[in-house]
Amino acid sequence: MSDAATATATPKLTRKDFISDQDVRWCPGCGDYSILAQVQRVMPELGVPRERFVFVSGIGCSSRFPYYMNTYGFHSIHGRAPAIASGLKIARPDLSVWVVTGDGDGLSIGGNHLIHALRRNVGLKILLFNNRIYGLTKGQYSPTSEIGKVTKSTPFGSVDYPFNPIAVAMGVDASFVARTIDVEAKSLQDILRRAYEHPGGAFIEILQNCNIFNDGAWERLTDKATKADTVLLLEHGKPLIFGKNRDKGLRLGAGGSLDVVTLGNGISESDLLVHDERNRPLAYMLAHLENPTPIGVFHAMARPAYEDAMARQVDAARQKQGDGDINALFKRGETWVVE
Amino acid sequence: MTVETQVDEAAAAKRKEQRESVVIRFAGDSGDGMQLTGMQFTTESALAGNDIGTLPDFPAEIRAPAGTLAGVSGFQLNFSSLDIYTPGDNPDVLVVMNPAALKVNIGDLKAGGLLLADRDGFDEANLKKAGYQGNPLENGSLAKCQIVTVDMTGMTLRTLEDLKLSNKVATRCKNFFALGLCSWLYSRPIEPTIKWIQDKFRKTPELVEANTRVLKAGYHYGETTEMFAVQYEVRPARIPPGTYRNITGNSAVALGLVAAAKKAGLPLFLGSYPITPASDILHELSYYKQFGVLTFQAEDEIAGVCSALGASFGGVIGVTTSSGPGIALKQEAINLAVMVELPLVICNVQRGGPSTGLPTKTEQADLLQAIFGRNSDSPLPVIAAATPADCFAAAYEATRIAVKYMTPVILLTDGYLANGSEPWNLPRFEDLAPIPVEFRTDPNGFFPYLRDPKTLARPWVRPGTPGLEHRIGGIEKADGTGNISYDPANHERMTHARARKVEAVQQDIPPTVVRGEPTGDLLVVGWGSTFGSIAAAVEQLREQGTRVSQVHLRHLNPLPPDLGAVLKGFKKILVPEMNMGQLRMILRATYLVDAVGLNKIQGQPFKVSEIADGIRRALEG
Repeated sequence: MSDAATATATPKLTRKDFISDQDVRWCPGCGDYSILAQVQRVMPELGVPRERFVFVSGIGCSSRFPYYMNTYGFHSIHGRAPAIASGLKIARPDLSVWVVTGDGDGLSIGGNHLIHALRRNVGLKILLFNNRIYGLTKGQYSPTSEIGKVTKSTPFGSVDYPFNPIAVAMGVDASFVARTIDVEAKSLQDILRRAYEHPGGAFIEILQNCNIFNDGAWERLTDKATKADTVLLLEHGKPLIFGKNRDKGLRLGAGGSLDVVTLGNGISESDLLVHDERNRPLAYMLAHLENPTPIGVFHAMARPAYEDAMARQVDAARQKQGDGDINALFKRGETWVVE
Repeated sequence: MTVETQVDEAAAAKRKEQRESVVIRFAGDSGDGMQLTGMQFTTESALAGNDIGTLPDFPAEIRAPAGTLAGVSGFQLNFSSLDIYTPGDNPDVLVVMNPAALKVNIGDLKAGGLLLADRDGFDEANLKKAGYQGNPLENGSLAKCQIVTVDMTGMTLRTLEDLKLSNKVATRCKNFFALGLCSWLYSRPIEPTIKWIQDKFRKTPELVEANTRVLKAGYHYGETTEMFAVQYEVRPARIPPGTYRNITGNSAVALGLVAAAKKAGLPLFLGSYPITPASDILHELSYYKQFGVLTFQAEDEIAGVCSALGASFGGVIGVTTSSGPGIALKQEAINLAVMVELPLVICNVQRGGPSTGLPTKTEQADLLQAIFGRNSDSPLPVIAAATPADCFAAAYEATRIAVKYMTPVILLTDGYLANGSEPWNLPRFEDLAPIPVEFRTDPNGFFPYLRDPKTLARPWVRPGTPGLEHRIGGIEKADGTGNISYDPANHERMTHARARKVEAVQQDIPPTVVRGEPTGDLLVVGWGSTFGSIAAAVEQLREQGTRVSQVHLRHLNPLPPDLGAVLKGFKKILVPEMNMGQLRMILRATYLVDAVGLNKIQGQPFKVSEIADGIRRALEG
């Protein structure tokens, strides 16, 4: 049962219906505001009654998100949101369950739950806000911070090699893997919709700016002057082209490498790779591409959702054995009667 | 070889002697099938109408090197024509399949007890592995017991000669020879075991034939040989009428949870991670899909409890099962459940600790962990089971309390209860206490932290209910609205509210049962799996005129409202525990009484004699 299938006719909802009565307490200028706004814009369009949405989060700045959504919400403990949400989704496949996490919450303390939720393909839509820093604890390096990062806890520079969230998700065979940026409203909305429509689990890395502790972490990708040359927009069925003049692209090299080439001098558009969301090896390669940085859906290929498989086992058992007879269960095995 | 099942004349001429109770222990290598032998002997005894108590004792290693002391596996059974409470202190009969089993267990055999040994298992290599110089069966070193050696392996092989089984497969049938022989010796019916063999090995008919033949061969050997002049009989016990089955504590927990969820009319969700000795609950529940049971083998202990809490938030009965080390990992999430006030059942099948400790041995040292082991003031109800069959009622009660008071509840059992077994008087589902569940659906005047005036429980709302959208979480709540609040006075008010809610569970605690006189010289206060040993010891001493009584606590938090008054009726209070004195500490702190401890921390349950001696010493002191 996909979320889309359970949607029922509902009075027309608007963005306002999804704004809770709580004051938003993120720092002024935080990238989270934009993400919240796009989520509140997309939710009413999905045709799902508001009461069917649940937002589950862990701990961190991003994890305050559920308080601001006028839906059901659970602000839990550090790193555990995917585990809590898994139990909820398995018990209640009729709900549309969204997880909001961050690079520290989801990839450090909660890394184990994240990878297992994705490999099981529990039908959770997981939004990982990646700002490459610990914001709530006031500025320590995170598992996505670059080597050499100077922070409060790394005055001589971090010696930690960072996680690549997309590669992590690909590495555990997540069935839907995408990346977008907090300020790219259209891309963000498109991907939220795609994640919702995807049957099963979805992982979205949202590059997000912490203007207090790590301002400009993604400036290279958001600066209007340069972003056309640094960002590669992934579009299914279209050649992998980018650049201000649309004159650069990706080509498969002779040794299987992913080469950035400039069109012209005998290289034409037909030489470029065409993006295919179902092509897992291509998605693996794109996951490791930094320059340009791909934005969009890396990989989307449906496979059975965990909660559906489990529900099928329950249904099969009930069909075969009927609704359980508890008194008969008590009597299982050898019994004897004492008069 | 033809096998007759009728008793021939020579055998019938043998003398039958009555015994009130017999304690038998089967011991061998962990590959020798001693657990199976013990369990089948238990079934036979239960069907013969005896009261029974069992205690398996097996190594933590799945297959320690064969023949070594580390690999010895044992199963003790007490069967009786009387009402019994324990698997017995010291065995009357010890069956050993090799020298290592002899060495590990011989010290426990009663003076004058019967030692039944497989002579073939005592070859030079095995004697050496067990560290024996010379054969103890033959060199007179075991003078205090009656030794009967039987060529079990050899006779097993000869019985199976014509079946073309490999030597290894044929040898593995020898435990059925031991079982058959003991079944004859104690006049047990072997038909249930034959039926069991047919069912268990139905896919390999040659093993049905082999094991059945060997079982009968053992039985007939006892009947015909001159070695045994006497056959014993243990008459049926006078136990309350009803339909019975033998049940282990883990199995009873599983059934209690299924029954409670069914009574509540809700699905059951188990989030769990494998751990000794709790895994059998997960195994058993995973079979019960037709009851709407969802089992989720999580990636770790934390995910086990978190998924269960998520399921509870979704409006089903969330349960997690583990043992002490796993509970340590779960505590942060349990604390979240305290804060968000959702029903959750946490079952701790306690084992020896700290750390990995003694995974297959029993202990009851997690009481303080259960009551206090979370950050801050974090009250929750704690309930303990007293016997294997009582695990059913305890699990049912834990679920009922969790739902009624919207709170996590910790259910304490232990390795001894989990793997031990006893007859269970089957309840009728219709007779079990009601577990009403009313999900809030009315948006009028709704706030997530408005409390029921009687139980102080907040409303349970299923996500998906229109108009009741709300957010919960681990941050302190404003009284009533449940909004985030950092207000100092509110925090104090909410801390008290959480405590008062758990105290309110006292409304559900029945008057304390005092076994014995309500006043006297000494009261033995216990909890958990020590029940049987304490009950037997107290009964024994009362028969001898000692003014001693027993109280056994089901509810450890909150304590029964009348407990303080009960304690006042006695001059002395003795608290036997398989820990350093955890309940004793609580009793002293709560009631300012001079409770004295009797503590055993050996990974083994108390013997009745140890409790009786402890009571005598306390009375003298």
